[in-house]
Amino acid sequence: MNYLYIGVAGGLGAICRYIIGIFLAPQSTFPFSTLLVNWIGCFVLSFILSRTERFSLKLRLALGTGFLGSFTTFSAFSMETIQLIEQAHILLAMLYLASSIIGSILLTNLAWKKEVDE
Amino acid sequence: MTLISLIAVGGAGFLGAIIRYYTSEKLNKHTKIPLGTLFVNIIGSFMLGLLCGLHVEGIYYLMIGIGLLGALTTFSTLNVELIKLQKYRRLYYFYFTATYVGGLLVAFIGYMLGKVF
Repeated sequence: MNYLYIGVAGGLGAICRYIIGIFLAPQSTFPFSTLLVNWIGCFVLSFILSRTERFSLKLRLALGTGFLGSFTTFSAFSMETIQLIEQAHILLAMLYLASSIIGSILLTNLAWKKEVDE
Repeated sequence: MTLISLIAVGGAGFLGAIIRYYTSEKLNKHTKIPLGTLFVNIIGSFMLGLLCGLHVEGIYYLMIGIGLLGALTTFSTLNVELIKLQKYRRLYYFYFTATYVGGLLVAFIGYMLGKVF
């Protein structure tokens, strides 16, 4: 049954990511929309997972693994970096790498409730 | 944005999330390193590279690229797993490097392979 919850929530997460991609700077060279969904997803997942241990496992799986897992994406991050490099936007590629990696680590740590040690 | 495109992304996202969960259930338990997440992120990056190299566009790109591979790979879970690995410095650096260096490398290889065909 867990598969159904995760699948449905995952489908919704992918749709939300797609819609943000359409509306947020679709013509821009710099991949703002992927950066934004990854930042938001990291912050929210970290916030939720470190504060909802009392909630049911189903809800945590649907929201965390399903929705936020699908909302954020690693494949687009890799591919967009390669495409920036291929188009000789080396500086933008470095900026995208650094903001994605460092930004998400900072946001995840910021949202993590310290006392929890899962 | 049409209803068809939303259904394509959502339906493929449904599959991608389930495959990711299944892979994590199978592989994450054996070691402290979340091998399942590493595996889907690497495979997903390679496949998306291939897809872009082949210049797949339109509804197929929405389904496979944005829906399936977008949902199969994950950035949020990766970062929470990194937080949990902070106690184990060597594992932390291994997981971090394998994911980022590996992901970029296979995306590049996939892209080049796609361009050849």
